[in-house]
Amino acid sequence: MKSWVPFEWIIAARFLREGRLQTLFITGGVAIGVAVIVFMSALLAGMQGNFIRRVLTAQPHIQLLPPKEVVRALRGHNYDGDEGKNVVESAELQPPLQRLKSIDQWQAVVAQIRSMDQVLVVSPAAGGSALVLRGSTSRAITLNGVEPDTYFRIVALPSKVVHGSARLNAGDIIIGMELASDLGLDSGDKLRVTTAAGASNILTISGIVDLGNKGANQRSTFVALHTAQSLLGLPGGVSNIDVTVRDVYAAEVVAREITEKTGVQADSWIAANAQFFSAIQAQMTANTAIRFFVGLSVAFGIASVLFVSVVQKSKEIGILRAMGISRGQIMRVFLLQGGLLGLLGSIAGSSIGAAALILWHRIAVGPDGLPLVPITLEVPLFAAALALALLAGLVAASAPAMRAARLDPLVAIRG
Amino acid sequence: MEGLCKSFNIATPLETEILHSIDLTLPRGEFCAVMGPSGSGKSTLLHIVGLLDRPTQGRLAIGGQETTELDEAALTHLRAHEIGFVFQYHHLLSAFSAVENIMMPMLGDAGFASDAMLARAESLLGIMGLAHRRDSLATNLSGGEQQRIAVARALAMKPSLLLADEPTGNLDTKSADTVFSLIREVNRSQGMAVLFVTHNPALARRCDRIIEVIDGRIVQAQNFPSL
Repeated sequence: MKSWVPFEWIIAARFLREGRLQTLFITGGVAIGVAVIVFMSALLAGMQGNFIRRVLTAQPHIQLLPPKEVVRALRGHNYDGDEGKNVVESAELQPPLQRLKSIDQWQAVVAQIRSMDQVLVVSPAAGGSALVLRGSTSRAITLNGVEPDTYFRIVALPSKVVHGSARLNAGDIIIGMELASDLGLDSGDKLRVTTAAGASNILTISGIVDLGNKGANQRSTFVALHTAQSLLGLPGGVSNIDVTVRDVYAAEVVAREITEKTGVQADSWIAANAQFFSAIQAQMTANTAIRFFVGLSVAFGIASVLFVSVVQKSKEIGILRAMGISRGQIMRVFLLQGGLLGLLGSIAGSSIGAAALILWHRIAVGPDGLPLVPITLEVPLFAAALALALLAGLVAASAPAMRAARLDPLVAIRG
Repeated sequence: MEGLCKSFNIATPLETEILHSIDLTLPRGEFCAVMGPSGSGKSTLLHIVGLLDRPTQGRLAIGGQETTELDEAALTHLRAHEIGFVFQYHHLLSAFSAVENIMMPMLGDAGFASDAMLARAESLLGIMGLAHRRDSLATNLSGGEQQRIAVARALAMKPSLLLADEPTGNLDTKSADTVFSLIREVNRSQGMAVLFVTHNPALARRCDRIIEVIDGRIVQAQNFPSL
């Protein structure tokens, strides 16, 4: 016996060692539970992160748009002369055309948003529809006028360039690869861009990008902000302000704050992709439920083994109590056993989970040789699994420990 | 002890008084045998004296300390420091070696092992003639050896009172004699009081005093002055 090991630890460790097979089986059970939690959590987190990354690399977290134009009903005079009781004379309303217009006082709005702690990047933009002409062929496009310095921190266009570069000077345009293919264009070629307002400009293709979506590759084009402003008839104005935030899941809350603060309607990616977000939330709920039930089964496993141990060791507990060992000491012996089972199981389970994840990472690869789901072995996940199993072990052990502590030594010795 | 009574199923139609007004004084150093038929209340008496059970009435003092009003923690402490137990079955901890079993009461009391505890346990092993079985697991010892280890464990805390509840009941004659002789020897050398429950008249006659318990009463006391 080591002089630095407390009495309770000595007894608990020996009891576990004595029931080797029992200890081995329950540790195996806990390990499998922890491995499932680690594997599932990492896999689902990887999938979720991947989905969100794919969604958010092509769009801002929050977008501010100018208010929509509305038509108000005409209000006439009171027939009976009562004030405040107006009567609608013509209830037939025609929806108005939504003209492209600028956000009012957008520079002040941008400054206000930039001052918010949760905000990472703010990028004003001017966007609208246009037509590109190449010989006798034309294509409808979405013209995005952006400030490259800030916009590229929201949508990483330089990383999507397949030909040329992501340069956006006054006469440059970046186009999607499908559009380039349809019009037989390459970087350095000229392209005429015409808008409905009648403005037209010949631009040089500085880069061709792959946005990861055929439709986007057919329609999306990017020009410098002031080029778009002159083409779209928005001199000095912006049609939207793009924002990214530190916590993507807090985007909706930040969007509401921005609306309150600036008076401009702000839509978060969560609101814009409500179905996608609810699918993510359903996945998170399912993951939590799985973790909870696996944790519960681990706890029940430990509790049942310790209850059996209390019955098996009742005479020994009785004699320990008779020789002056306190109830508290007996209780700690069994709590420690629960904690040790949880700890051993979680260490083994974390190792199994990590091995399974590494194996999955190697096996589940796409045709391009890259992993289908990017998985990272994160220390907090293993720490959480360890803490969860330890806690489950202690909680599970509390009932058998109390039972052991309450054993009447006399009854226990008599059997 | 004075006027010690013990009843079970109190305030029910099944209320039974097991011990009736027991008066007994056990001077330090006395070796007292308790005899009587099964069910007469010998073990109940021993358990009450050993603070494992509480009397329904009467008073019990150990080493001059009144015990009937003490709480659970105080009783546990008193039990650890003043009383040693040997039962009919040894109840050794099977996961521990002979020397570790002897150390157990000292370890539980101090919280951590020490060289002094080990030395005390080894000395008791020597007294019991089991020095060569020091590291044997409890399960690998013979019945007689196990009971001798149980006696050594009971003596580990140098109690002032040793309570033995038929410790030789499961042993063959030779082992029983060895165990009894060892307890008697320690009683003489260390001066502790011993209450020794037995059905064996030959062993009882080797004690300082025999008390006979029948139907929960001490009906006879016989003195055999030690030589």
